[in-house]
Amino acid sequence: MQRATPGTAVSVRSVTKRFPGVVANDEVSIDFLPGEIHVLLGENGAGKSTLIGMLAGMQQPDSGEIRIKDKPVRIGSPRESLNLGIGTVFQHVLLVPTLTVIENLMLGGPRWRLLDHAPVLKRFQELSDLLGVRLDPDAQVGRLALGEQQQVEIMRALWRGENVLILDEPTSMLTPQGVRDLGAVMKRLRDKGVAIIFITHKLAEAYEFGDRISVLRLGRLVGQLDKARLKSMTEAQITDEVLRLMFGGQKADRRDAETLLGRGVHLKRAQQVDRTKPPVLMVKGVSTLADRGECPLTDVSFELWSGEVLGIAGVDGNGQKHLAEMLAGQRSAASGSILFAGHDVTQEGVAERRRHGFRYITDERLGEGTVGAFSVATNLVVKEIGVPPLWQRGVSRWGLIHSHARDQIKRHDIRTPSERTPIGRLSGGNIQKALLARELNVAGRLVIFNKPTYGLDLHNIRLARDRIVECAERGLATVLISTELDELLALSDRIAVMFRGRLTGIVPNEDNAERRIGLLMTGAEAA
Amino acid sequence: MSATQDAARSEGVPPLSAGRGRVVAAAIARVLLPILLALGVGAVILLLLGANPVSYYAFVFKRGLFSWLGLQATLTRMAPLLMIAAGLIVAFRAGIWNLGADGQFLLSAVITAALGPALIGTLPDWLTILICFLVAGAVGAAWSVIPAFLKVRYGINEIISTLMMSFLGISFANVLVKLVFFDPGTTVPQTRTLPVEDRLPRLFGSTIHSGILLALAAVLIVHFVMTRTSFGLKLCVVGANPRAAIHAGLDVGRLTYATFAISAGLIGLGGAVDILGVWGSVRADWNPSFGLLVVPLVFLARFHGVATIAFVMFFAVLQIGGESAAVRLGVPTFYTLVLVALLLIFLALVEYLDYRRQARTRS
Repeated sequence: MQRATPGTAVSVRSVTKRFPGVVANDEVSIDFLPGEIHVLLGENGAGKSTLIGMLAGMQQPDSGEIRIKDKPVRIGSPRESLNLGIGTVFQHVLLVPTLTVIENLMLGGPRWRLLDHAPVLKRFQELSDLLGVRLDPDAQVGRLALGEQQQVEIMRALWRGENVLILDEPTSMLTPQGVRDLGAVMKRLRDKGVAIIFITHKLAEAYEFGDRISVLRLGRLVGQLDKARLKSMTEAQITDEVLRLMFGGQKADRRDAETLLGRGVHLKRAQQVDRTKPPVLMVKGVSTLADRGECPLTDVSFELWSGEVLGIAGVDGNGQKHLAEMLAGQRSAASGSILFAGHDVTQEGVAERRRHGFRYITDERLGEGTVGAFSVATNLVVKEIGVPPLWQRGVSRWGLIHSHARDQIKRHDIRTPSERTPIGRLSGGNIQKALLARELNVAGRLVIFNKPTYGLDLHNIRLARDRIVECAERGLATVLISTELDELLALSDRIAVMFRGRLTGIVPNEDNAERRIGLLMTGAEAA
Repeated sequence: MSATQDAARSEGVPPLSAGRGRVVAAAIARVLLPILLALGVGAVILLLLGANPVSYYAFVFKRGLFSWLGLQATLTRMAPLLMIAAGLIVAFRAGIWNLGADGQFLLSAVITAALGPALIGTLPDWLTILICFLVAGAVGAAWSVIPAFLKVRYGINEIISTLMMSFLGISFANVLVKLVFFDPGTTVPQTRTLPVEDRLPRLFGSTIHSGILLALAAVLIVHFVMTRTSFGLKLCVVGANPRAAIHAGLDVGRLTYATFAISAGLIGLGGAVDILGVWGSVRADWNPSFGLLVVPLVFLARFHGVATIAFVMFFAVLQIGGESAAVRLGVPTFYTLVLVALLLIFLALVEYLDYRRQARTRS
């Protein structure tokens, strides 16, 4: 067994962790030093999540040991992990949705004391200032947007001023400015001697923030670039080296690499919108009503042409959810009007708009997109219940429904044991494939994509983006809501920016778009 | 309990069709094993009570199932239980926890008992019975309107509101018997009595009335509707994930009202069946509390129609036999409830162990 470098904050020694059929971590040894931002890179399934799962007390290593300040420790539970000063922000939100922000932050505190709001609120304010975010401490967490929920999680991990802070893809929800802010926070914490473990898919971030980069592949630590080496190399050299490590000797799919880098220039679509025709969708002055913690729409107006992709940029929680739901017909407009192909559809619900060709791919795949306990086959037709030929005079023809499903599963490469498998058992990427199959296989005219690549791995991100391009090429009017600016720049004809429920501007996707969008996102510029 | 619920939901939608002998065998084993375990532990309890379990069980099954009189009583008892079960299957599959069956049942029974004797002199028998059924269904449904409205409009949990309405319904039914519909010719307050010859026709010269056929049909139709029609699937989607239902463009409010109305309406028909088939009148303070007895049976059957019929029959045998045994062997009647409770516990346990075993073999 190797020796740990003295002075480590936490050290993983020869750790192996097996899951049925796969070795998730294979003799992994890494030291995490205080005052260092340590980036973990690797494809999905490389073992990053397992590694931090063990540090966070969610899993136990099968062999090997974890040492803190050079003493072996057993991290048996998340509580023990916190007590050892290890705070973790997971990729998927782990908050109690029915409790408020402040209540979530108070969870896991001393169990014998009465709940006391005053000091908690003080700490909440400190952290709000530190992170530069504005959250209503009394808002119910379940009603916050995903990005805001993640901000709460970052606060919770920082709550006790940790020894080690683990961030699992924390930037996927943030604006470029937000990422820079987070970077500043990380650097401040690093300078105070915190060991930061930063997991990301984006090489640019690794390069920008990392003091040390470790690359995992198939459960093994395949290489490490330390501070001195990082300094001595150019960004391009680092990129090549990391890609070589990540994909091994074999030639990586060039497009995967570009998706990873976030500059798939060739992905950029040729624009071919015919603006001499009238727009197919006209939204005029629409406002919505919000429950507490939600961001309503205020006076939103825009036009959309057939064959056009309108990107919607903005920090998560600035009204994108309401915009998508309002367009799909799930949420009624309190004022304003929506015209589709010359018809006023303002008062129409989901079913009627669907008949006009509206399609909505939700960002909450399991929350509302599917019924997790029901079969893949049922979920593939859940928006067409009662429609012939799968139903005849209201009677289900399960034979046809299942063969329809087998057909879709084959055509869209949905990886599932069978069409009868409950869809909740599939991976996020396969659920998304099923949703795309359901929404895009019948005559659609207007598609709303809400964060279509959130939480997917590279391969599925690429597939989802291909489907968006395909939609536009088939002449569908497409609304693409995303928090990934790269994605919007690669796919959109025009990009609208949302800030606090308003469309603060619509920018043509040209060379200076990125800068203008960045300004609009923070409300600094009103175009 | 959550394991049971999960099973019920995942089983909820596509019916198993082609060649699944092993799956069916495993499902039967999963039911038989808990029954045997429950009877076994029940036997220990009987020993503690000072009764001989073998002679008790033998007596119960002889009196409830293997004697002509007992079988007639069992089948007669099954009629209202099955009607209630049909109503509960609709509600539970649609994710609505209608626990107000007792109030819905009793109010419908009292209205039927008041209406039947009043109409029978002037209208033909068949029309009287038809009107009684329609009104009973409507009364049951009407008693669920308030919980349905509270659920749709304000999202108020129907478990509480239906239970509250149930207490009100039971009391209100009593008030009706004592103050409005009482028969002046009797000393104990009760409604006027429908003559035996005007009640539901008997089958094969036995005491079994034709209500059992209606009830069996109701359960089977409900099962068909919930598993093989678009309407049933819509209800199941609303039940399993209301947000997905909204996303898919279903009118969740209207479907929720429909669920309450159908569920409570069927339970109301159960009240009519029992009055028109067996009793002919309602006495003050009569309340068989069938509703909450049927709830665990429907759960044991995982909301499956045919399995529900089997469990209801099992329970009816225990009840009828147990009532005789109470007199003959001195084992209290509530012992049958102990058996049902044991059955629920062992069913959940077997389900859990099976789930664990499957999880292990998958890995």
